[in-house]
Amino acid sequence: MTSPTTARAPTFFDEVVAATPGQSNLSKCIQCGTCGGSCPSGQDMDHSPRTLFAMIVAGMRDDVLRSNSPWYCVSCYYCMSRCPQEVHITDIMSTLKRMAIKEGKYKESSAADAPDFSGTFIDFVESYGRSFEVGLATRYHLSHHPLDMVKMAPMALGMLRRGRMDLTPTKIKGIDQLQAILAKAKEIGGEAS
Amino acid sequence: MKYGYYPGCSLERNASAYHESAMEVAAALNLEFAEVEDWNCCGATEYMAIDMLPAFALISRNLALAAEQMGNGRQQQLVAPCSACFLNLSKTDRYLRDSPELADKVNQALAAGGLHYKPGSLRVRHLLDILVTDVGFNAVAEKVTKPLYNLRLAPYYGCLVVRPVRKTPFDNPEYPTSLDTLMRTLGAKVVDYPLKAQCCGGHMTQIKEHTALEIIRRLLKNAADYQADAIVTLCPMCQLNLDAYQDNVNKHFGTNYNIPILYFTQLVGLAFGISPKKLGFGKEFVDAAPALKKIGAEPPPKAKKPRPSKTALPMPAPAEED
Repeated sequence: MTSPTTARAPTFFDEVVAATPGQSNLSKCIQCGTCGGSCPSGQDMDHSPRTLFAMIVAGMRDDVLRSNSPWYCVSCYYCMSRCPQEVHITDIMSTLKRMAIKEGKYKESSAADAPDFSGTFIDFVESYGRSFEVGLATRYHLSHHPLDMVKMAPMALGMLRRGRMDLTPTKIKGIDQLQAILAKAKEIGGEAS
Repeated sequence: MKYGYYPGCSLERNASAYHESAMEVAAALNLEFAEVEDWNCCGATEYMAIDMLPAFALISRNLALAAEQMGNGRQQQLVAPCSACFLNLSKTDRYLRDSPELADKVNQALAAGGLHYKPGSLRVRHLLDILVTDVGFNAVAEKVTKPLYNLRLAPYYGCLVVRPVRKTPFDNPEYPTSLDTLMRTLGAKVVDYPLKAQCCGGHMTQIKEHTALEIIRRLLKNAADYQADAIVTLCPMCQLNLDAYQDNVNKHFGTNYNIPILYFTQLVGLAFGISPKKLGFGKEFVDAAPALKKIGAEPPPKAKKPRPSKTALPMPAPAEED
């Protein structure tokens, strides 16, 4: 007989904790609901953060990764600063976003455009080292809400007239250095990224 | 005092009024701000949603550059005027300090670009913290030549400046007051602003417009309820959302808000007697000129406290507005 093993297959909960930087404190959640009550966009979420955490514990992987809640998180850290158990809620929301992208589950949520906004934003950062608002707004809206372009035109013109928008991106001098760093980080990243 | 200065992408263009006024105020207060050479974007809230380690590496390149340029050895101070940059830079430094494993991975990535960052080499601080803590209210008061009498201001901190991502935030995360005191030091009337530490919606304007506009509407309504002439902000994202989207909010909800959104450095500069043009006034969507006309040369007369009636029970009096 082989000796009984104490190891078990990692649960969805384990995966979320492992993919979150530092101490997530997710296991300490006492289901008090302070997070949802503090959330500025909570009213539009499919599940409050509290519910989402209970679903993670219950192993409801697909439902969690299909939820629009992480995408409605505005990263304001209000929940995190109020949480009596110091659960790193905002960080966990970022983890769920990354997992939903990796598994393509975000496409089934009502916030399916959100990852592409983030993706387009970082494409410009990776190419130039700085963000580029005109490029971001044009590329993202043309592919997702082309009709909104008409609605947005007055604001864009207003930004240009006030000297608040550049038509060309700024590239940093050390772009090669930055790209080498990011490439290495992606290589090391492995599971947690 | 010498500081490293990390402007961030917004201050280059969309929030140039913030950058210009910050530089003017810093010069008036003898603060030496040396811009980090060849800094890159902090990733805002976007990079962390896509890829974790590159997000930390992106931010750490700035920390490494700043520490290198300011000379290693003693802990140096790095100032960020943008709340999102401030949060990303300070949070990354703290996470790298707390997790040697993460610090090691980030440094492996940095090494590919010939850089290294020793966690804790920098203390990342927000510009407001510098003004209220290092300079102090008394030193600010000494420089005031044109007090902002009669101007009613709603102090808006937004979300990220006072959140305890650093173990010791410089102000209360629930109900901060340092900006209130700073504005009062300039002679302005500070109104109560219960939503002062609520989020402006960040990037939601680009993702779910209704959700974003509702968040902005609440903030505008709250300031209007207290008859504020202007909202004072300390973050380019807050300024952009409340200013450039104010018209959209009015169209969406049938409201009629017309509240200028100004950077706190613009108001400090104004009270120091610096010309509005140098402070970037005129770049706001909601014109600040009518509000600034309200500034009076004399302080408003103090309202007399009514004598309590002799038959009234000895109850605590409600707090005065100021």
